[in-house]
Amino acid sequence: MSNPTSTEYEKYYVPEQSKMAVMATIGLILSIFGAASVMNDKTFGDGITSGSWTILIVGLFWFMAVLFAWFRQAIRENIAGMNSAQLKKSYVLGMFWFIFSEVMFFFAFFGALFYVRTLVGPWLAGEGEGGRMNGLLWEGFEYNWPMALTPQEAVGGAASQPIANNGSFTSAETTMAFSDAAAWYKWLPLWNTIILLSSSFTCHLAHMGILDGNKKKFNLWLGITVALGFIFICVQFYEYYEAYAHFGLTLNSGIYGSTFFMLTGFHGFHVFMGMTMLAIQLMRSLKGHFTADDHFGFEASSWYWHFVDVVWVFLFLFVYIL
Amino acid sequence: MGDHHHGPAKGISRWLFTTNHKDIGTMYLWFSFAMFILGGAFAMIIRAELFQPGMQLVDPAFFNQMTTLHGLVMVFGAIMPSFVGLANWMIPMMIGAPDMALPRMNNWSFWILPPAFLLLASTLFMEGGAPAFGWTFYAPLSTTYAPPSVTIFIFCIHVLGLSSIMGSINIIATVMNMRAPGMTYMKMPLFVWTWLITAFLLVAVMPVLAGAVTMMLMDIHFGTSFFSAAGGGDPVLFQHIFWFFGHPEVYIIILPAFGVVSQIIPAFSRKPLFGYDSMVYATASIAFLSFIVWAHHMYTVGMPIAGELFFMYATMLIAVPTGVKVFNWISTMWRGALTFETPMLFCMGFLVLFTIGGFTGLMLSIAPSDFQYHDSYFVVAHFHYVMVAGAVFSMTAAVYYWLPKWCGRMYNETMGKTHFWISFIGFNLTFFPQHFVGLAGMPRRIPDYALQFADFNMMSSIGAFIYGASQILFLYNVIATIVSGKPTSEEKVWDGAEGLEWTVPTPAPYHTFETPPKIDPAHAHS
Ligand code: HEM
Ligand SMILES: [Cu+2]
Repeated sequence: MSNPTSTEYEKYYVPEQSKMAVMATIGLILSIFGAASVMNDKTFGDGITSGSWTILIVGLFWFMAVLFAWFRQAIRENIAGMNSAQLKKSYVLGMFWFIFSEVMFFFAFFGALFYVRTLVGPWLAGEGEGGRMNGLLWEGFEYNWPMALTPQEAVGGAASQPIANNGSFTSAETTMAFSDAAAWYKWLPLWNTIILLSSSFTCHLAHMGILDGNKKKFNLWLGITVALGFIFICVQFYEYYEAYAHFGLTLNSGIYGSTFFMLTGFHGFHVFMGMTMLAIQLMRSLKGHFTADDHFGFEASSWYWHFVDVVWVFLFLFVYIL
Repeated sequence: MGDHHHGPAKGISRWLFTTNHKDIGTMYLWFSFAMFILGGAFAMIIRAELFQPGMQLVDPAFFNQMTTLHGLVMVFGAIMPSFVGLANWMIPMMIGAPDMALPRMNNWSFWILPPAFLLLASTLFMEGGAPAFGWTFYAPLSTTYAPPSVTIFIFCIHVLGLSSIMGSINIIATVMNMRAPGMTYMKMPLFVWTWLITAFLLVAVMPVLAGAVTMMLMDIHFGTSFFSAAGGGDPVLFQHIFWFFGHPEVYIIILPAFGVVSQIIPAFSRKPLFGYDSMVYATASIAFLSFIVWAHHMYTVGMPIAGELFFMYATMLIAVPTGVKVFNWISTMWRGALTFETPMLFCMGFLVLFTIGGFTGLMLSIAPSDFQYHDSYFVVAHFHYVMVAGAVFSMTAAVYYWLPKWCGRMYNETMGKTHFWISFIGFNLTFFPQHFVGLAGMPRRIPDYALQFADFNMMSSIGAFIYGASQILFLYNVIATIVSGKPTSEEKVWDGAEGLEWTVPTPAPYHTFETPPKIDPAHAHS
């Protein structure tokens, strides 16, 4: 984008007063208060009260309604031609740095995974400078990844080593790693990788379509992208079902289960968000919102989609394969 | 679209629904001052208990809640929002922009803060009490042994993080996209530079903090074992993640303060800032280094020796760019036509005391010595020299410096100077003796102590009450200025001040720079 000129400055649209922020705040605070109450009821109380659920659900719906209204207003302003090139650049910067913050969020979880796998595991098994605890607390624990036995199990459960336990951690019978070369086609993560990578490609095709002004092509490929995203989420759910029902792999399966579910879970949630964003762009396109040179809503969503895709590549590599 | 040549809306809706950077800045500033008073009240309780050895006023559990909330409220409620408020007021005026880049989101970034802190403070009245695990909330204190209010705490941290991230995105977009033509990066006032870099830090580390509290949440409620060795995790993992956020966080707090000082010292030296370019590069180097020093907070957890050495040397490196800055401020004053109005006095206090804090930091950075200092009152002295005499003094300087521009009235100089001297004496009386008791072995976060620490602790407490009381004078002075201060309409309130904000009328009109100002290409940075 070229340097802003002074004429562009005159058009920088500073919106009038807006109720959006305060409304969104009410929804957000209700949601977090509700969520915290639900969890505290579950863990510290005698069962979840319906009041907590009500606050949470009201809060979430309120919040989503405000977001809907907020985006609708921003879109209408754009359609009304209020957005100068410079304001659009602000939106581009905003989206870019938002995605960067998401990258850092995943970085924390990947960092935890690497730290546990390269340092903590060997230490708990008595290796190296950090290994002194092994003889005192976790004697007999052997480290391998995916973790076959948690330290707690290795010493015979919480009863035989009563300190430093804060729950019972039972490892899975089978892990999600690639194991059976003969039945490689039954390995779901592989299919999910293919699905998600192709969806990035179809998303790109849609982009080429709108750049050519070819709405039909755009809608078609965007629709396929959304569908692929949906299939991905279904497969992911099925994988979770298998993990819980057949493999004994749960959130309680020690650090392997923790990292597995948190990394894939947050990724899955981001796929869901990305898919929703793209689906909204599809609806907007059907309403005739986009032109060859004005389709930022789609572009922002597509950047998000590609970001989610890149995260998956790392997940596939470090959670499933290596 | 339309014209904006109108003033603020009437009544409460002006504040609730505003999109104006000055209104939002004002709200941030008042909110942070309220939090400063609240966090200060907690500190007074702590110092009252520590006035004498033995258990006097509160029970140990409550004492721990006080230290925890004091730290959280001061860091996340007082210091950080105050500088965001300053950024909101000043950055658009300093770069010649009509407002912040994303005004509605700007309002949202502010409005989620007050309810989040209300929730956090309300945990004091919950069953099990408020969080009592320290502002660093180490696992397993904050997981296995935490009170139920930890869940509220976790979500509050999420909201504060959201606010900081949105605020930072706004600042980055404003600085990168809204500078007036001719306002090149290397012409930006240093306050804008330091905030731009601070905003990068915030966007990078607030999500990591969000990750840390999310892992806590999962460990507490859903049976994961991130911070539990029984399941193959590690409590020390928490400390790594926390300090990966935490160390950049201390620079998030101090960099904008550096920016303020770099505006004020030249104004009262009536000379341009010495070494502008090197100031920019030093700021960037500090920001970069701040990502690779975090484990200097963890020398005693049993890291491998290679780790100890790496983090020790990397930490010491930070003293180099920090030294460059101190050198430049002093050189700015060298042969300047110096005067010492209140803002300058606070900057002088900053310069001397922050440097002391930097030196104690260097002492702490020496891993083998830190085995002695760690978790002692020496650390408490260190970080109060950098955070109170550093960040809070410079924030106070900023208020005195720009207040006349904001409200078109002059504050009472005598009262301002009195405020400075009482603060300066009170602060040093509070925290200087803490170096001694720390070196002699008094641990931090403790409601009772051995008899030999009694005298120094009593001095500390008296100093704290003095410093606390001096803030009432500050509040009175500010309110008196706004209500009935001597009116001034000079654009340049301070004759040595430079920068675009001093070219607009005083008091600054509701909307400034709706058309961008002309920047003289020959004129250097301000
Ligand atoms: C030359 C620069 C600095 C160095 C070398 C340094 C070094 C250190 C070290 C090694 C510690 C850990 C001590 C221990 O726990 O045993 C520490 C603690 C701390 N520092 Fe600094 N520091 C510097 C500047 C700053 C600045 C600018 C700030 C904030 C504005 C700051 C805030 C803190 C805080 C809050 C803690 C204590 C955290 C806690 O445990 O609660 N430091 N510093
Ligand atoms: Cu540090």
